[in-house]
Amino acid sequence: MTAPHDPEILLALRDVHRTHGEGPTAVHALRGVDLTLRAGELVAVMGPSGSGKSTLLNLAGGLDAPTSGDVVVEGVALGSYSRSALAQVRRRRLGYVFQDLNLIPTLTAAENVALPLELDGTRARDAREDALRSLDDVGMRDAADRFPDDMSGGQQQRVAIARALVGPRRVLLADEPTGALDSETGEEVLAVLRRRIDAGAGGLLVTHEPRHAAWADRVVFLRDGLVVDSGDADAPSVGLGEVASA
Amino acid sequence: MSIRQGLLALLSEQPMYGAQLRAEFERRTAGTWPLNVGQVYTTLGRLQRDGLVEADGEPDEEGRITYRLTPDGRTAVGEWFASSVSPDSAPRDELTIKVALGITLSDVDVASVVQTQRADSLRHLQALTRHKREALAEDDLPRELVLERSIFATEAQVRWLDHMESRIRRARRRTTPAAAEETE
Repeated sequence: MTAPHDPEILLALRDVHRTHGEGPTAVHALRGVDLTLRAGELVAVMGPSGSGKSTLLNLAGGLDAPTSGDVVVEGVALGSYSRSALAQVRRRRLGYVFQDLNLIPTLTAAENVALPLELDGTRARDAREDALRSLDDVGMRDAADRFPDDMSGGQQQRVAIARALVGPRRVLLADEPTGALDSETGEEVLAVLRRRIDAGAGGLLVTHEPRHAAWADRVVFLRDGLVVDSGDADAPSVGLGEVASA
Repeated sequence: MSIRQGLLALLSEQPMYGAQLRAEFERRTAGTWPLNVGQVYTTLGRLQRDGLVEADGEPDEEGRITYRLTPDGRTAVGEWFASSVSPDSAPRDELTIKVALGITLSDVDVASVVQTQRADSLRHLQALTRHKREALAEDDLPRELVLERSIFATEAQVRWLDHMESRIRRARRRTTPAAAEETE
């Protein structure tokens, strides 16, 4: 990485390949994927089962390493980190939101959100302050001292978003975050997620729902480990007149 | 549906004159179906002929005639809301025909037809969603309702494209085993 880093680029995948196994039985999960995520940007990843969506998210989150190519988080290639440094990047830079079971049931909302900061050595009082601020950003400040079981599915996902973007974390990796919610609650969660991204974070959203992918700025479509379409919302689009009568 | 039912439904609320009916119709349907005043008066004339509406008194000083529902008109409104609209399932749109013919023509790459269309449909879905976010921010329920209708329709199209893409690939693999080995 000799080129100067553009601070607006939060995450970049450069010609990323991931192959499981060797020889004739090798499975090519990803076959040369390029992707850039900037601050303020939400990128949706779609594709049929087995197309490489989850592999892509795991690589972006440092949970798996590419066979070749680079995953660059805020200017530094993950491949250059030691195991412990990588764990620190995961705690400080990256936040995950899964379909469900995001929160630890025996911790309150604020404790759940403060956890990655505390694991990283932040003093409990400072971590709680950051956690409350992050809960406020997703409209869950009032639920700070409630336990996950006391919350609706949509509220739990909002807390998960708060945790994913607590403190210095700016990259949100979401794997079907609305998959377990009804349609209207799912939209509310997406609206919250979108707001947090607009405020300067960046997000990768894996989804199989076209209507949820449509909240993104760009939609990347994977098939057999390759990006086959990359829809850019900034491309010339139709006006409301045409939209409404479509 | 025709404009008839729409005008009758509006008149079930209160008597109105033509320009008023047109404005209310457009406002409440978020401009989905722009009407011109001529259409409104032609329709009112037919409704009057059929005994469903009647003039409510004499024209005012500006020559505007206010119309009101007759009892038969009121019954017609009730029947309209009580009956379901027949789902139009005739798949005669251009895309269906294009894909159907594409499959049968050997020099057409249907996969790329599907991909091009899906990328475009997703862009359209993104544009609709942006407009929906504005409607949500402005608490504009009629506009949201109309946009959601288009969002569901576009989403259905994308799902159909996804489904057909896998289906076509499976069919191709069966008929050309050599090509299948190449991709696997």
